[in-house]
Amino acid sequence: MDKMPRWADVFLTPLISLILAFFVSGLVVLYIGENPIEALSILIEGAVGSAYAWGYTLFYATNFIFTGLAVSVAFHARMFNIGGEGQAAMGGLGVALVCLMIPWPHWILALPVAVIFGALFGAAWAAIPAYLQAKRGSHIVITTIMFNFIAAALLVYLVVEVLKAPGQMSPETAAFQEGSNLPKIADFLRTLGLACEGRPLERVCRAPLNIAFIVALVCCWLVWLLIWRTRLGYEIRSFGHSEEAAVYAGISPVKITMIAMLISGGLAGLMAVNAVMGEAERLVLDTVQGAGFIGIAVALMGRSHPVGVFLAALLFGALVQGGAELEFEIPAITRDMIVVIQALVILFTGALDNMVRMPLERMFLARRKVG
Amino acid sequence: MSDTTTDPGRATAPAPDARAPAIELKGISKAFGPVQANKDIAIRVMPGTIHGIIGENGAGKSTLMSILYGFYKADKGEIFINGHKTEIPDSQAAIRAGIGMVFQHFKLVENFTVLENVVLGAEEGALLRPSLAKARKLLTQLAKEYELNVDPDALIEDIGVGMQQRVEILKALYRQADILILDEPTGVLTPAEADHLFRILDNLKAEGKTIILITHKLREIMDVTDTVSVMRRGEMTATVKTAETSPEELAELMVGRKVLLRVDKKPANPGEVVLEVMNLNVTDDAGVHRLKDVSLTVRAGEILGIAGVAGNGQSELLDVLGGIDHGTGTVELNGEAIDLSGKQSDGKSRRDRGIAHVPEDRQRRGLIMDFSAWENIAFGYHDDAMYQKNVWLMDNAALKAETEAKMGRFDVRPPDPKLSAKNFSGGNQQKIVLAREIERNPDLLLIGQPTRGVDIGAIEFIHQQIVALRDQGKAILLVSVELDEIMSLSDRIAVMFDGRIMGERLPSETDEKKLGLLMAGVTEGTGGV
Repeated sequence: MDKMPRWADVFLTPLISLILAFFVSGLVVLYIGENPIEALSILIEGAVGSAYAWGYTLFYATNFIFTGLAVSVAFHARMFNIGGEGQAAMGGLGVALVCLMIPWPHWILALPVAVIFGALFGAAWAAIPAYLQAKRGSHIVITTIMFNFIAAALLVYLVVEVLKAPGQMSPETAAFQEGSNLPKIADFLRTLGLACEGRPLERVCRAPLNIAFIVALVCCWLVWLLIWRTRLGYEIRSFGHSEEAAVYAGISPVKITMIAMLISGGLAGLMAVNAVMGEAERLVLDTVQGAGFIGIAVALMGRSHPVGVFLAALLFGALVQGGAELEFEIPAITRDMIVVIQALVILFTGALDNMVRMPLERMFLARRKVG
Repeated sequence: MSDTTTDPGRATAPAPDARAPAIELKGISKAFGPVQANKDIAIRVMPGTIHGIIGENGAGKSTLMSILYGFYKADKGEIFINGHKTEIPDSQAAIRAGIGMVFQHFKLVENFTVLENVVLGAEEGALLRPSLAKARKLLTQLAKEYELNVDPDALIEDIGVGMQQRVEILKALYRQADILILDEPTGVLTPAEADHLFRILDNLKAEGKTIILITHKLREIMDVTDTVSVMRRGEMTATVKTAETSPEELAELMVGRKVLLRVDKKPANPGEVVLEVMNLNVTDDAGVHRLKDVSLTVRAGEILGIAGVAGNGQSELLDVLGGIDHGTGTVELNGEAIDLSGKQSDGKSRRDRGIAHVPEDRQRRGLIMDFSAWENIAFGYHDDAMYQKNVWLMDNAALKAETEAKMGRFDVRPPDPKLSAKNFSGGNQQKIVLAREIERNPDLLLIGQPTRGVDIGAIEFIHQQIVALRDQGKAILLVSVELDEIMSLSDRIAVMFDGRIMGERLPSETDEKKLGLLMAGVTEGTGGV
């Protein structure tokens, strides 16, 4: 066999890429006259150093799991869905409508309906680019990215002109009713009999981590089942590897393109369950905040496998949270610097993946030949 | 047998010719990762001879020639050209050393003229006109000397493959090649075109050029070469004088065991008509009429072979019957019409009707190369109830078990269901496809190029499987560009040219020459078929 061991493929390669990314980031930090070691320790401490930090890291990771899975499913059908941003925004609209229109008695009823509507709205937003790709060959990259802009504009219009609460100055809807609010980490601790009092518990209870995290984990498992255990997943993968072979086997390219994109859009839409319903508890503008794009990096790094997506989402969640802490602790490191560090991680783990993989592969093969 | 030892001197040593060999390779080795593609290869090719290199797929022929042409660098070994040690780091160096290469897949610019293609890359100066004028003069001269007639102003896309190949040879000669390497040159030619090519090669030889002919066709080796080297698994197993060997001996040297070159089969026992095709027409997306009023029948228990040069509608015939392309006309299976352009015209519907299809291009169609063998074993039949665990999930365990059983019955090596399709050799890939399609017990088997890229040992096995299926009373439609294969397997032969059936013949009442004429579109007598 001409492959390196699986553990090296799945863990060692991204790890080395990550170390390289941090090394270059360290050089940048050094360049602006700060101590890179200190910056790194603040970043790590801020991301995973406390229960409070985890509460945020996992919250962000939840967003990235949804968008990462969305990109992965499309990848398996060899489509590049970069419309996660718009699909997640529209998912937010769906979730918000459900939460605003219906006086929910309890979240346990609201959650499944919100999940369905979030997914439906996200899928609907992916449906038009999917149809254009399937029937007319309009490239999905172009159409989905255009639909991101349309979604953003549409949302501005709806939130500002239609859904804004009367008398409200900021562009946001009224807060959702109590009954639709998802249980957060604080509620979970309370049921365990821990009151949110005193440090460190008090801080943990402010974290936005909520039940949507569980939904995300279930989605990981479902996507894994779908792709590797069902007939549909088999057809999606076949189509993704070779359209010509798929046609030979009697698999309809139109059908697979549509279904894969609808599932992808639906998963992206689900992000709103976490961001809109779980955290903001109202629809504000720009709820997605780039998570749709980070989903691409997550899917690339996670090699389109749900376990990989989960781990990569965790990493990017930690980067966002740790980055926020870093920005707070070292003023010289601005918001833009954090973006630079994130970009370096994406660059090394995603785009420059082969730079590490190829030499590593050669090394393993050479060792095998000797051994 | 003494011939099996590598003894490069043996073939050429007795020659009175005292000149240095045109090409001498010493101890050439090349590894790709763990695969030793060439192992300590030694070869001597005397000037003014045609030297054949024969071997199965993956034996290392192409690697060796790529090293000679500067595409790969050998790990070890030396190259001598006309007695001088020569380094060939790239193809420019090869050209400077007087080596010309005619690739299996031509490297021509379709919308350039012949002249422009010949000059391309060898232009002198910034202006084209002087080079073109010079090339035109040379072309006329070469045409006279070697029967290499080509219209210098024709566009490549307008001339046939035989002509395109001549352009490739002209390109090499224009660059003053003294040593010409041809890689599987006859794969796309009609027998007549191949004969013409060999005449050209003979003329070139007479002028003192040295020619290396890479092929897997034993007959060509016997017909045109002076000496022949046999490669097996990266090693040169023998170099012999062609006059002193036989096809059987060469086949044995290639495979390493005795091989049955002829297909062993009893006379056919045709039954009911299974496939009836009437006035089938296919027009492709570009509006080109690919199939023109094709009519044919295939009965149970017989093999209908479709002969023809590649690109004359055979692929389209398989595709439309296999549900991949749409067409118009009437096709009946067991007396019932088949949907040619509607909802029921996809691969799945065809399989449901009992039509199995071994596609011409197994690597792009028949298999998903990145899927493991067990994932490929149900490809196209994955909807079948036997592969489902429940309403939601597929039964992967059953698939793996079935793959293991099929691999045993079809002698797939290595018998590892988890191995990716791309890691099997061509022959074993084909066996996986055959195991899948044949064991579904179809009424009709469509099979295209069953042994393309398949080693001789596996060819024997695949042919036996096809004949065995026929003897079970199944109808088989065979498409192949290998005339030998058509002649030996078919019970009836239909010849296609330019999208039409030119005629039907019985193998016992025809020969390659007559079929070759039909393949070139020449009908016997005056009035056509």
